Amino acid sequence: MPAIKTIRSRTVALPATNVDTDQIIPARFLTSTSKSGFGKHLFADWRYDAAGNPKPDFVLNRPEAKGAAILVAGRNIGCGSSREHAPWALQDFGFQAVISTEFADIFRTNCLKNGLLPVVVDDQTHAWLLANPGVELDIDVESTALTLPDGTQVTFPLEGFARYCLLNGVDELGFLVSQNAAISAYEQSHR
Amino acid sequence: MSTLPKTMFEKVWENHVVVPETADTPAVLFIDLHLTHEVTTPQAYTELRARGLKLRRPDLTLATMDHSTPTRTEQVFGGVPIAVDSAAKQVQQLEINAREFGVELFNLQDSRRGIVHIIGPELGITQPGKTIVCGDSHTSTHGAFGALAFGIGTTEVGHVLATQCLLQRRPKTFAINVLNQLPKGVTAKDLILAIIGRIGVSGGTGYVLEYRGAAIEKMSMDERMTICNMSIEAGARAGMIAPDATTFEYLAQTPRAPKGEAWDAAVERWSKLPSDAGATFDRSIDIDASALVPMVTYGTHPGMVAPITGSVPAQGDALFEKALKYMGLKAGEPIVNVPVNNVFIGSCTNGRLSDLRNAARVLRGHKLAAGVKMLVVPGSQAVKRAAEAEGLHTVFLDAGAEWRESGCSMCLGMNGDLVPAGHYSISTSNRNFEGRQGQGARTLLASPETAAASAIRGRVTDPREFAN
Repeated sequence: MPAIKTIRSRTVALPATNVDTDQIIPARFLTSTSKSGFGKHLFADWRYDAAGNPKPDFVLNRPEAKGAAILVAGRNIGCGSSREHAPWALQDFGFQAVISTEFADIFRTNCLKNGLLPVVVDDQTHAWLLANPGVELDIDVESTALTLPDGTQVTFPLEGFARYCLLNGVDELGFLVSQNAAISAYEQSHR
Repeated sequence: MSTLPKTMFEKVWENHVVVPETADTPAVLFIDLHLTHEVTTPQAYTELRARGLKLRRPDLTLATMDHSTPTRTEQVFGGVPIAVDSAAKQVQQLEINAREFGVELFNLQDSRRGIVHIIGPELGITQPGKTIVCGDSHTSTHGAFGALAFGIGTTEVGHVLATQCLLQRRPKTFAINVLNQLPKGVTAKDLILAIIGRIGVSGGTGYVLEYRGAAIEKMSMDERMTICNMSIEAGARAGMIAPDATTFEYLAQTPRAPKGEAWDAAVERWSKLPSDAGATFDRSIDIDASALVPMVTYGTHPGMVAPITGSVPAQGDALFEKALKYMGLKAGEPIVNVPVNNVFIGSCTNGRLSDLRNAARVLRGHKLAAGVKMLVVPGSQAVKRAAEAEGLHTVFLDAGAEWRESGCSMCLGMNGDLVPAGHYSISTSNRNFEGRQGQGARTLLASPETAAASAIRGRVTDPREFAN
């Protein structure tokens, strides 16, 4: 996993609450056996019409969405299915961070495992970000703070180990493998 | 030595800590059972190969095929190829991975195959006190046995394959106290839908739920599994129910539960798992089961649920309106006025033998209403055989329904079983998200009884009208 220290980008706002992972990536695209290529199917049923043409009014199809790496999503983003294809699709599309007031548990874990930064903000900041899409934000992983265009800093919670892994590009599987002696000892004592 | 009273979750958690959590690092948690399937594992095996890692505990790992597999008999057993090319490849890939890494696999034609959350309990490998994971959010089902069971993503599937462990922060605990008994004609499915309606689709986020109380204690294992299955629909990764005599009776009949002296020792161990008197939960609510009626969803998440005797509520915000527009429903419309074009009986929520019996009891001697299509999909091949042995399949076939091979089927649109756009589907599954059963499909979640009654009338129907 590549290290992430800072993210500087415009935002795209998708204010719907309870956006489930079936919307982020519909099940019919999950028959792939690879991690790549899901970006074109991101929000497929909201993004394309029945004939497969992009819907011009959907936020990700608008010109201002191009190149934006921060998604501001409604409360409880990523509920439902545990499919990791959801963060894979968001990253493949170009997102590096998702901001919301609340993340579904499994989705949040899956984001962190892939270096897609989940940023939990307070209601007031969230409302402002939703009302002002397209603003340029700075997100700093080291200080766990995002900076609004007027210079206001808003800190966000990020568990220490997750922060360490993101900052150093440390991969958790490597860490777990390094615990082999403890795991073997547990196995011995729990036969 | 005095010890503080503990919740069941705390006991199971503490018994699986390999390395305790600190301020800087999460706990290393040992996993007793890893259930796997074709959709969420291929990328994990790719990762293991890339790093030259082996499967650490083949003895604690089981693979089945369920999500992308067809349910038509000719495709499962008749040599007719799987229609979707990528699905066929995914199924093949699981066979390759299982062989290479040494995983026990129930392949497409295996008589033990079924939905991953149906076969774990059926085999008796789902047991009280175990930690159980699977790359599937409905892993919460196994909590019905007093296991700590939760869904994980594919990266974590790789972690468990390679190390049999996960890095975890300890979740909080939430007691759902279900007081009194469910009235006649009101089911476990209605109860869990009512609970989700009450706490909301993110009410359980960050928590492990424990369902307690008189109504839960009286339930069969099948009913308890329906309850725990939908914990994730309230945002909770896991839901648990204390093991008791009902649990032990169920497991005693299963092929892979401990036998003889090992069984006696296991029961003794399992009997100590229920939460101690005086154990404290981070949050709790009380639900009066006796006040409930059958429940049906009307919107696009499981929290948008109403009593069948009620109406589509008027709430008014833009998202609510968007959901009603998708569903083609209006505020104030009686739930029983909603038309039904399609009926699905099955899934890890309601695809067990008792679910099929309950649907058949309502449907017996009736025909599907004109224009209604109905699919009955057993949760496993074992459920299918048991249902056929008691003639349930003839009840469904005589009514005009289709009787299929086991799988996730129409719960999620990735195996060819789809609800057409705009059609209303009353479904015993777990998610009514937009497009879940097919692009544009309008899903109404309900119990098998309500689904069967609705099939007869061609509109949402209170199953208590068919009470017998």
